[in-house]
Amino acid sequence: MVNRDCGSIFGPITWNRTHGRRCVDRTRQHFVSAPETKPRESTIVREDESALVAAAKSGNIEAFEELVSRYESKIFRLAMNITRNREDAEDAMQDAFLKSYSHLKNFQGDSRFYTWLVRITVNEALMRLRKRRPNQVSLDEPVETGDDLMPREIEDWGPSPEQRYAQRELGTILSEVIEGLEPDYRTVFVLRDIEELSTEETANLLGISVPAVKSRLLRARLKLRDRLNKYFRKGEPN
Amino acid sequence: MNCKGIIRELTDYLDGELPLAIKAELEQHLIGCDDCRIVVDSTRKTIEIFCRCEPVPLPEDVRSRLHSVLRRHLGKATN
Repeated sequence: MVNRDCGSIFGPITWNRTHGRRCVDRTRQHFVSAPETKPRESTIVREDESALVAAAKSGNIEAFEELVSRYESKIFRLAMNITRNREDAEDAMQDAFLKSYSHLKNFQGDSRFYTWLVRITVNEALMRLRKRRPNQVSLDEPVETGDDLMPREIEDWGPSPEQRYAQRELGTILSEVIEGLEPDYRTVFVLRDIEELSTEETANLLGISVPAVKSRLLRARLKLRDRLNKYFRKGEPN
Repeated sequence: MNCKGIIRELTDYLDGELPLAIKAELEQHLIGCDDCRIVVDSTRKTIEIFCRCEPVPLPEDVRSRLHSVLRRHLGKATN
């Protein structure tokens, strides 16, 4: 029996994210009200992660469990965002952690452990998504021309529109909105904009072309914008 | 560049991946087009809102099963 009562997987908004680095690039452009973004994790945390990985590699199970505790919420959200099925997400998360442990000796440390873990989780989650919905994950598609993508509802959101909602309410809105996206678009959005994988890395993981990643990302962003418009347009009462 | 062109280039623009000449052309259009300016701004905010949202803590039952599976497979005695 599939449990579809997933609840919200989005929690508090924070500015302290590594994502902030790319967001800063976005916000440096014109027409943007730049939020104060700061890197989420310090060098100390990264060094700590390296030390934990080294200890786990040498057989220290407690060190590996510390890594699991550190990333379990994010990894579950990632798996949920791809599969939108709690049972599959839980299985994908468990297998991802088990595989990361059994292949830890192959981890060279040329990327962060978390990034490596994300790749393993994405593969596990996609495998389950494809199994459950084999006809909904297509391989490629033509590049967009812009003709059929023009937004119909165009209303100013004002600065920081998310602050009109309580954290829990906002989490529910975001979960509902992203769940409504087609799996092809949702997966690309999650990998590119939430997990911050590069376009090329996303293309490799999904087995599609770079233009297809860009095309799906554009559609995903516009669809999400469209669906959030009713919540965030200026003057919209809570 | 017209409004369709703005939509076509939107993703590369928001990711800071547009060549300078096209970026300048796009921003010139935005100066005179309120609709496109709003679409660009609200799409950027859409990304940022998702990007900044931390995951909720793992549900306790899910966490408990995960650590139980790990303990079993990593050869550690269950507490």
